[in-house]
Amino acid sequence: MVIDPEALQQIRQHGAEIFPHECCGFLLGEAAAERKEVRLVLRAENAREQEARSNRFLITPQVFLAVERTARDRALSVLGFYHSHPNAPARPSAYDLEYAWPWYSYLVVSVGPEGAREVTSWVMEDDRSGFGREEIAVPLLKETTR
Amino acid sequence: MTVKILLPTALRHYVGGEDTVALTGQSVGEVLSGLVERHPALRPHLFTSDGQLRNFVNVFVNDQDTRHLGRQAAPLAEGDVVSIVPAVAGGASPAVAHPPTASVGLSNQEIERYSRHLIMPEVAVAGQLKLKQAKVLLIGAGGLGSPLALYLAAAGVGRLGLVDFDRVDVTNLQRQVLHRTADVGRPKLASAKEAILGLNPLVQVDTYETALGSENALDILAPYDVVVDGTDNFPTRYLVNDACVLLKKPNVYGSIFRFEGQASVFDAGRGPCYRCLYPEPPPPGLVPSCAEGGVLGILPGVVGLIQATETVKLILGRGESLVGRLLLFDALAMRFRELKLRKDPDCPLCGAEPSITRLIDYQQFCGAGTVSAEATLSPEERISARELKQAWDRGEPVDLLDVREAHEFEISRLPGARLIPLGELPRRVAELDRDSPLVIHCKVGARSAQAVKFLREAGFKNVRNLTGGIRAWSEQVDPSVPRY
Repeated sequence: MVIDPEALQQIRQHGAEIFPHECCGFLLGEAAAERKEVRLVLRAENAREQEARSNRFLITPQVFLAVERTARDRALSVLGFYHSHPNAPARPSAYDLEYAWPWYSYLVVSVGPEGAREVTSWVMEDDRSGFGREEIAVPLLKETTR
Repeated sequence: MTVKILLPTALRHYVGGEDTVALTGQSVGEVLSGLVERHPALRPHLFTSDGQLRNFVNVFVNDQDTRHLGRQAAPLAEGDVVSIVPAVAGGASPAVAHPPTASVGLSNQEIERYSRHLIMPEVAVAGQLKLKQAKVLLIGAGGLGSPLALYLAAAGVGRLGLVDFDRVDVTNLQRQVLHRTADVGRPKLASAKEAILGLNPLVQVDTYETALGSENALDILAPYDVVVDGTDNFPTRYLVNDACVLLKKPNVYGSIFRFEGQASVFDAGRGPCYRCLYPEPPPPGLVPSCAEGGVLGILPGVVGLIQATETVKLILGRGESLVGRLLLFDALAMRFRELKLRKDPDCPLCGAEPSITRLIDYQQFCGAGTVSAEATLSPEERISARELKQAWDRGEPVDLLDVREAHEFEISRLPGARLIPLGELPRRVAELDRDSPLVIHCKVGARSAQAVKFLREAGFKNVRNLTGGIRAWSEQVDPSVPRY
């Protein structure tokens, strides 16, 4: 996956803001063959009930439909989603796997009280047996992405 | 019926990259079965092994969720658009599996306890950590100190200091909610500490069982970030103000009397101090204490919580502080008013050229120039409760004048006492006999001393003040007379 530093920073920022809850959002961009290029990051509201938001997120189908429409209008596609793991490592959980869709990129940011930590991206294996790690390429890495 | 199935990006590569598939069928279930038969690789992503539609697969027909249309049985019409829409969900494993490893942070216990703070972006974990690291000193564990201590402890202020040297008196219980009936007679700090730790054992409580004075104030205040003034007397109020200015600490001020309260934040670095507002204390006796004038029991709750709110805002660095504003609260009118306070450039303490650069003698400062009427009475002008009782027992004709207010007279009275409130005395002086012996009393002896002075000057020869007032009578002579 290719993502520019500003977009990555927006995701980290979102995770830190929402901490200790989980943030979630969409990765929009262009997909060609094996290569995904993220062009736009959209925040989504975590639709889970208040009590569950520290370790669960949910994006409703209504929101998904609206975002797909936005993507189509800009000639972009939904490439995947991002979410945060507050006080937990940036590794997909069993729960993530249970709900995962094929092909989409699942970008996970680990967040602690001090802010965002590690960011990783994952794609589910076609047989649903697990996630494979996806490389994140950040062109023109700038200071701000720290 | 021929319908169009719209696929999300994730599923398109299973159908050759197309975003739509045309299929025929009477119901949603039928076309979905047709879809996975034609493209078997889709099946595990849409259906579980026992053939149920996965719960994160949503199916819409023309923008309508089929959950409301009979799910798989939802009927289809020619030309309908069936959309497969992901419900995107996920999340970290339960927190117990990944306990926070950072040494600075909140424990799971704290996260749960303060969750209603943590879910507010204005507080969140960063704010709660500030509260946890905050050190707040409360001067006084009484009316204002009670709600302050309870709510600041509950909110998660990490370290609370309390200064008080009093013991719990039964008259405190009408408003000082830190203390219980069973605590009467115990040091206030003992019952306060118990109440705070009972509410929140995570708080560190430091107690200073001493009268705050010029000799110890700077040492006691030094370790704290915020000082909250819950005192009931002027010498301590000036002392706290001066010490805070000298130590450059914010002073969260509150005061109460009868039905009215005041609150402000004095922070000389960015606004006025208490001396900018009141350069000098009122003459002693002019402003009655709560013991003299009374106080609505609920009032310190309101004012103390305004102080607590300001304290929390200072710690969080959020909102608009009361710095430079004096908030006036009238409980009877149920109105708040606000006065703008300006920093006095000539303030002797926080002005450009201060004349006060260290702590002074505050008892003297607040008493300077005037001495209470009671202190100036000669021995012949005083009588103790026991002496009065003995005189009556001997059959001496001593008249008794009560100069309290009518509502106090209702609470308790001495036998044979005649009521003329102090304020009415000048115009009713003719009602009194100048030549017969007269003893004057009030609640504790301060107002009656003024009456003695006044009558002496009016030519009365044989007038004496009942030392300690009706309270002393109850303590020394007749315990059946209620004390208030």
